[in-house]
This record gives sequence, C-alpha cells and structure tokens, in this order.
Amino acid sequence: MSPGLWPPSAQEVVFLLLGVVAVGAALLVVTTRQLVHAALWLVACFGALAGCYLVLTAEFVAWVQVLIYVGAVVVLLLFGIMLTRAPIGRSADLDSGNRVVALVVAVATAGVLVSVVVAGFREAYAPLRPGDGAAQTMGGAIFRNWVLPFEALSVLLLAALIGAIVLSRTDIKAVE
Amino acid sequence: MTTAATVVLLPFIGAVAGLLGSRWPRGRSRTEENNARAARRAAWLAIVPLPVALVLLGYLVWRTRVGPGLDWPPGTFYADLLPGFRSGAWGVIETGGVPITVGLQIDGLSVLTAILVCVVALGVQVYSVGYLRGDPRYPSYAAFISLFTSAMLLVVFAADLLVLYVGWELMGLCSYLLIGHWWEDRGNSRAAVKAFLVTRLGDVAFLFGIFTLGFAAGSFRIADVLAADLPEGTLVAATLLLLGGVAGKSAQVPLHTWLPDAMAGPTPISALIHAATMVAAGIFIVARLFPIFPQPTLDVLGVLAAVGMLGAALAALAQDDLKRVLAYSTISQLAYMAAALAAGSPGAAIFHLMSHGAFKALLFLCAGAVIHHVGSNLLSHMGGLRRVLPIPFWTMTIGFAALVGLPPTSGFFSKDGVLLALEHSASPIRLLLYGSALITVGVTGAYATRAWLRGFFGEQAPLEPAHGHAAPPTMLWPLVVLTVPTLLFGFLGAGDLALGSAAVTLVVGLLGVAIVLAAWRAAPAADPARLLGPFRAPCEEAFYLDRVYDRLVTRPTMALALLVVRTDTSVVDGAVRGSGQLTLRLSRLVKLAQQGNAQLYVTGLLAGVLLIVVGAVVL
Amino acid sequence: MHVVYPVVVAALLFSIGVYGVLARRNTILVLMSVELMLNAVNLNLVAFDVWLRDVLHGGQVLTLFVIVIAAAEVGIGLAIVLAVYRNRRTIDLDRLRELGEPVEPPVGDRG
Repeated sequence: MSPGLWPPSAQEVVFLLLGVVAVGAALLVVTTRQLVHAALWLVACFGALAGCYLVLTAEFVAWVQVLIYVGAVVVLLLFGIMLTRAPIGRSADLDSGNRVVALVVAVATAGVLVSVVVAGFREAYAPLRPGDGAAQTMGGAIFRNWVLPFEALSVLLLAALIGAIVLSRTDIKAVE
Repeated sequence: MTTAATVVLLPFIGAVAGLLGSRWPRGRSRTEENNARAARRAAWLAIVPLPVALVLLGYLVWRTRVGPGLDWPPGTFYADLLPGFRSGAWGVIETGGVPITVGLQIDGLSVLTAILVCVVALGVQVYSVGYLRGDPRYPSYAAFISLFTSAMLLVVFAADLLVLYVGWELMGLCSYLLIGHWWEDRGNSRAAVKAFLVTRLGDVAFLFGIFTLGFAAGSFRIADVLAADLPEGTLVAATLLLLGGVAGKSAQVPLHTWLPDAMAGPTPISALIHAATMVAAGIFIVARLFPIFPQPTLDVLGVLAAVGMLGAALAALAQDDLKRVLAYSTISQLAYMAAALAAGSPGAAIFHLMSHGAFKALLFLCAGAVIHHVGSNLLSHMGGLRRVLPIPFWTMTIGFAALVGLPPTSGFFSKDGVLLALEHSASPIRLLLYGSALITVGVTGAYATRAWLRGFFGEQAPLEPAHGHAAPPTMLWPLVVLTVPTLLFGFLGAGDLALGSAAVTLVVGLLGVAIVLAAWRAAPAADPARLLGPFRAPCEEAFYLDRVYDRLVTRPTMALALLVVRTDTSVVDGAVRGSGQLTLRLSRLVKLAQQGNAQLYVTGLLAGVLLIVVGAVVL
Repeated sequence: MHVVYPVVVAALLFSIGVYGVLARRNTILVLMSVELMLNAVNLNLVAFDVWLRDVLHGGQVLTLFVIVIAAAEVGIGLAIVLAVYRNRRTIDLDRLRELGEPVEPPVGDRG
C-alpha cells in the first residue's frame, strides 16, 4: 500500500520545493508592477515546472518545456512587450479595475479546485519509475501510437505560422 | 311583375353604369375636357332610364286600372283610382327561421308613388346637369341620384318587408353620400353624418319592428303580414318600433333634426330628398302597412304630428336661410300627412304626399335657381329678384301658392283633403289634430308669404361678383314642367272637395298671408318675422331642440368617447408602452454589465461556473 | 509520490492564472497568465500519466502537444496583440470596448 502523506519522501520534498518556487514565481508574474519582470518571473516559474516534470520522471517533457516555453514562448512574449512599446520599469496601472472581483473569483476557484482534488486524490499514490518519460519511450509512443495527431499538429503549426504572418504584416489590405 | 322589376332596375343599372362607365377607359387624366366628357356621359346614363321607367309605369297604370283590390278604407283615392293588385316572387331565401321572399307587388299606391318618384327624379336629374356644371364629381353624383331613385322604387314596389328594408337602408346610404357631396367643407360632411346617424337611430327601431311583425306573422311578405291575425299587444309594439324608423326617415319629431342640416347638400338633392324619396318613404310605409296600425300607435303618431307641424311651421317663419325655410316647411307638411294617417285616412296622406312632392320639388328647384343666381342661401341677401329671374319668380309663386293651399293649385285640394280627414276622423285626439293643423295653415301662409316677399320684392341686395350669371335652360325647363302637376294634379281629388271645410282652410291661410303682407307694407325693409316678437329667437333656433339633443345625447356621448379614448391611451396604450418602457429600463440596467469589457465577461462567466459547480456539489 | 502534491500545485497555478487573466490590464500579461493556466494543466497531465501508468503515454504525449499548441497560440496571440496595437495604439484590455454598445444617453422611447 501507499505510504502516508507525512512524512514526505525525498522526492516529494524536492517536488514541493520546486512547486513552491513555481507557485511563488507565478504569483509574482500576476502581481509585479514591471512588465519585463513578469516575463522573467515566468521563466522562473516554467523552469521550476520543468524541474517538477523531472521529479515526476517526465524528462523529455521537461526538456521540451525548457526548450519551447523558456526558450521560445517567453522570448516571443518579450518581443511582444518591446513591439508594443510597453514602458520599461515600474508602471502603476498594470492591473485593471476588475482586480478585486478577480481576486474573489480566483480565490474561490482555488478553493473549489483544491478542495475537490484533495478530496479526490487523497489516497492516490504514484510510485515513480525512472525512464518512463525518457526520450526513447516518448519517441516510440509518439511515432507509433500518436503519429496521426502529431502530423495534424504539424499542419496546425503551419496554419498558425501563416496566420501570424498574415496578422502581423501591414502591407496586406482588406479586400474592398 | 317583370315590368315593375324593370322599373326598379333601370335607375339601378344607370347608377352602376354611371359609377363604372363615366370615366371608362380608366386612367385618363382629369383635364377639363375629359371631365366635361365624363359629365356628359354620366348625364345621359342618369337621365335616359327615367323616361323609360315612366313609360313602363304608364303601362302599369293601365294594367292596374281594374281588378280585385286590397282592403283599403273607403275613400282612399289611390285604391279607387287603380284598384288592381298583383304580386310575384322570384325566389324564397331560406333563413332557417322565417323565409325571405324576393318579390314585388303592384297596386295603386305603389304605382302612383313610383310615378311621383320618377317624375321628381327626372326633374332633379335634368336640373342637376345645369346646376352642377363643371363639378368634377358630377358623374358619381348623378349615379348616386339614380341609386337613390332605384332604392326608393324598391321600397315602393317591395312585397317583402326585408326586401323593402334593403331599399330603405340604401336610401340612408345615398342620402349620406349626396348630402356630403361637397365634403371638402367640414360642415357638409358633418350634416351628412348627422343625417346618417339620426335616420340610423330610427332604422334600428324599424328593423326590430320588421322582425317583430315577421316573426309574429310567420312571414315577411307584406300581404301575409296584413292578412295575419296578430294580437293587439304585438301590433302596438311592432308598429311603435316601425314608427321610430318612420320618424327618422320622414323627419318627424323628435328625429327631424337632420333635415334642416341636410340643406348642406346641393339644392337638387334637397328637392329629391324632400319631395320624392327619403322623407316620402316614411309616410309611404305607414300607408302601406296602414291596416295593421292599431289606434294607440296612430295616437302617438298624431301627437307627434300635431307638435311637429306647428313647431316646424313656426321655425320656418323665423329662418333666414331660404333652404331652411323650405326644410322646416317640409317637416311641417310631412306632419300633415302623418296627421292624416293618424286620423285614419291614408288616402288623404298619400294625396298630400304626391301634391307636396310636386310643389316642394318645384320650390326647391326654384330656390336652387335663386341661390345659383345670388350665390347665397340667406334671404337677407336676396330681394327684388322678381325682374331679374322672371321664370323662377312665377314658378316659385305657384309653388308657394300650392304650399299655402290657394286654389286652384294641387296644394289646395290635398291640404283640404287632409283637414277634411282630420275634421271627420274618429280619432280621440281629433280636436288637437284639427286645431293644430288649422293654426299651421295660417302660419304656413305667413312664412310662405314672408319668403316670397323677402326673396322677390323690395330692394335688390348687391350681388357677389362671382355669381349673377343666368341659369342654363336645363335648370329652367324642370321648373316649368313641374308647374304642371303643381297646378293640375289636385283636380284628381276635386271630387272629394268639401266646400265648407275648404273655405275655412282658405280663410285661415289667407289670414296668415294678409298679416305678413300688412307687416311688409308697413315696413318693406324689415323682416316680417319680427311679428313673432319674443318668440322669434326660439323659433329661429327651432325651439332649441338641437341644443337639447346636444346636451342630452351628443355631449354625454362625446364625453364617454373621450373617456374611452383616454382609457385607451392611458390604460391600454399605457400598459403596452409601460411594458415597453419597463423592458427598456431593465435593459438599461442589464446594459450596465454589457460595456464591452471582455475581462468583466470572463469574470462573470467563471463566477457563474463556480456557482454552478458549488451548487451542484452542495445540492 | 502522492498524486495530491502535483495536483494541488497545478490547482494553485491555475487559480493564479485565472487571477491574472481577470485582473491584468496589459494584454501580454494576460497571455502570460493563460500560459500559466496551460502549464497547470500540463502538470496535471504528467502527474496522472505517471499515476495511471498509461501504456500509450497519453498524458505526456498530450503534454507535448499542449506545449506545441501553446507555442502556436502565443504566436497567433501576439500577432493579434500587435495588430490591435497598430490600430488602436493601446493594448489595455479595459479600453478595448468594441464588444459593447457605445455608452450614450439612454435611447428615448418612441411613445
């Protein structure tokens, strides 16, 4: 049977630490007053999440996380920040007037979700087995069982690429 | 039978053809030339059926000159003259209850009345050609007169009460259309509406009277109704209801108020309504159904007639409008006929109806010629027209003489017949009737003389520049032609003349003439109506009856209508508008949330999802 | 590893993402918050994959797909943001109100 929740095992301790970092960084992302800092805290959050994936033996996912999220998405976001001439430095009005309501809703969401998952998964235990998320396994799974969605995804990426180009080009005028 | 149907249908066909065909082919522009062409065509379509109908009526006279008659009181002149009786039907309409017979009947009464109708209608149609020259709506006008004539002929010949009622209502419609011929003037259309509504009030009673008779007798056929042995109570109720319609159509007190206002119509229409068609219908129907009229109903009719004849004559004495003088005189003369009926002598009534039809048509057409010349209805604008208008002067003089009852005009014989009937009647209100009639004879002489003097003698008032043109010959010929029956018709009844009674009547009438003449000689410029003294104002206002109706009926109705309108606008519309406004207000409230802030929307969405989840879990 | 740890972390991340989406004015920050929510989902997927020992590795593969889709989404999202910025010179969400009717004096009723 599964061991008790307390005391946590070493893996769990590491996971929890990483989780705390991820949650803390995420909190800073949504509360900081500086746009660029938010992007950087997002890097921290994603990195910590990549660590979580590692602990959960999903190493391939972890590296992809680092590569795509930290490497590509955040860079894209930074480009966005620059291109929209967002103020570098502190700005007082990053939060909209909706903040209080948003806080209430978010806290309520957290309350509902946490209580539900705690109630639902209190007893669930997942023994960790190294190698389950290795690149070889994942490659096998993707190209053996998931090859069709994978190809569809490539088409979707192409479509997104074209869409992004069309949206951002200024020399294409609407058809009269 | 077919002959009678043809007589009825001829003017009807003329009306339909005139309405549909005058401007055929359609779509032609209303230029002067096209209007004149349409008017010419309409005039032919309107006039031609009438002489044909008259010829056919002549044939009917020949057919009915002998035969087994109906059961009329002795001395009824039309029954003596044309005793024949025929009737026929083209079909029976099953109604589930009492069937309706589509049929006509011919007897002396209907034939003679029909002749009167056709003669007057012919005169009016010919006269109108000149009177309404250049009127763009002349075609429809002429067609309506034809329809009017046809409706009256249907009433006259109908053998079934409901068939008769069809014609009766058609006349109401036509009178409305014709009185309102110049509807551009608000007053005219009001007068038309008034005529329509007041007669309609009577017609409702009339219709119920027909129902009562029809259901009691089990048949709407007039012959069956007359032959049926009905209980006295039913008869009284039914005939009193019929009397309502008679009072409405024949302008008897208390439903007479529409008639003076109906002067708003063109003058030939007044002649037609007053002489031949509309007002004659009421008297005619009483004569037609006379055998079933019980004594109580006749007494009611007699009281109404006694009040009406004197009151209307006094009102006529004070009027300044020539046409209103004639209108009140019509009411008064119709009351004579009603009195004769009440006295039990339909013969005298119909005799007077016919002579009155002739001379009143003549008077109205003369008045039309005078008005055509002067451009005003008012007696105070006339005067000295004797030399300017010789033909209308002489014809109108004959007409007035007939109205007063001077020999040898028809009025002398017919009025004398009425008075004779009143004098010798068995009615319990004989004295009232006779006294009232005798006084009225005097007043009639007075107002006729007054109108005659004011119109044709004295100083000539200055003419309005737009008028003063001579009347066309189509207006003068009918005058001359109508003079003939006015002068000669009376000799049909010359045999019944009672010299003593006639002398009394003549003396009283001449007395009235003499008083006015004396007053006029004393002061030619002044209105002889001043003789009435303090009674002049009430007489001019026709004893304030219109005002009384206004207070008693019109204003409460208007107030009620206003109340309904208010209720409609404030309550019904208010509810509708209120719900609309409520929705708008609520939407404004809702709109506060819909300000386009996507974040707000998502917040609401998530909050809602949370609520649902929590609700689902908790509940 | 107790499943409850990753799922709780994921739930908290998701709620933080919700807060960010609802409270942030700058559209790019909102996009970041959306990424946070996606990552929370990813964490769930990985945790359940590990827990359920899926032979097909559906959880992790799906995570990869989500990452790819998220990348595409950010690309498209930023393109949209840039287009909006070009047209409106602002990317403040609460000033982009074309969804609602213009706020005007109330429309008079016809009565």
